Amino acid sequence: MARFKKKNDKGTPGLNMGSMSDIIFMLLFFFMVITTMRQSSLIVKITVPQATEVQKLAKKSLVSYINVGVPLEPQKYGSEPRIQLNDMIAEVSDIAGFVETERAGHPEDERPFLSTAIKADKDVRMGTISDIKQELRKNGAFKLIYTTSRRAK
Amino acid sequence: MAKRSTPGLNTSSMADISFLLLTFFLMTSSINTDMGISRKLPPPKDENKKEEVDIHKRNIFVVKINSHDALLFDGEIGDIRDLKTRAKDFLGNPNDLENLPEKIEMDIPLLGSYRVSKGVISLQNDRGTSYDMYIQVQNELTAAVNEMRDELCRIKFGKSYNDAEKEQKEAIDKAIPVAISEAEPTKIGGNN
Repeated sequence: MARFKKKNDKGTPGLNMGSMSDIIFMLLFFFMVITTMRQSSLIVKITVPQATEVQKLAKKSLVSYINVGVPLEPQKYGSEPRIQLNDMIAEVSDIAGFVETERAGHPEDERPFLSTAIKADKDVRMGTISDIKQELRKNGAFKLIYTTSRRAK
Repeated sequence: MAKRSTPGLNTSSMADISFLLLTFFLMTSSINTDMGISRKLPPPKDENKKEEVDIHKRNIFVVKINSHDALLFDGEIGDIRDLKTRAKDFLGNPNDLENLPEKIEMDIPLLGSYRVSKGVISLQNDRGTSYDMYIQVQNELTAAVNEMRDELCRIKFGKSYNDAEKEQKEAIDKAIPVAISEAEPTKIGGNN
């Protein structure tokens, strides 16, 4: 009996926390690897339309975004839908330069796979979108993606 | 005195630090890759070259969207819910009807000789059409093509298109191409 008593005196042993940091580090590395930092914050309001037949965008680094929507600060940029390239409000004529910069930023063997995603608000009129598409055609950026969200069938 | 062991480093705050970093990356990361409908734009129209459009009327299915988001299929007012079926009937032409597209015999690897439809869906929209409506129409047309591909894949390879091998998918894509042509933007009725 005495033997048991001796053991009870020790109380519950503390949990070994040594491997905790390892686990957390593993998670941390996982998120570090998969993360893609937001390159630019949106200055136009965008609610993308929904669709059922969506595909995942191939490789994020190969996609450049053209955002279209009503500016968040109407007193600064007006209340009509505008085009946002990178961090700035732009005009349709700026797309040529934008495509060129995107192309220059990638090695030559990746260039044929570059695509452009149009991320437009669902209330935008097609006139703006058509202008963008014409401009992209002129500049040889033929691969196009209309960004949508997934809707249940 | 000389044999004093070094005290262990206190690593309990290590977990806290890594937790902090973890939370940071958790919040800044965006796993949800963007999704969308992909399309290929045609090369720009050559002004000097006279376009030789040799498409019979039976090979074109015209879908128009006006500025009030109303649809017109081949001259009749239509509903978006019928669009998929109409597009499938048009592209498939299962009974080889006279007024639906012709087919052309083609040799496709894995499939052998297959009669590819010459049908083209011509999508025309107004400058005043809403982007949402345009996407819905594109979505229905994509759905029609995807369903036809899936059906063919099940017949030929006994599995769904999504489960097919890369070569099989390529063969199916050749047999049923995405034949959607978008006209040069024009104003087609309705005030802008």
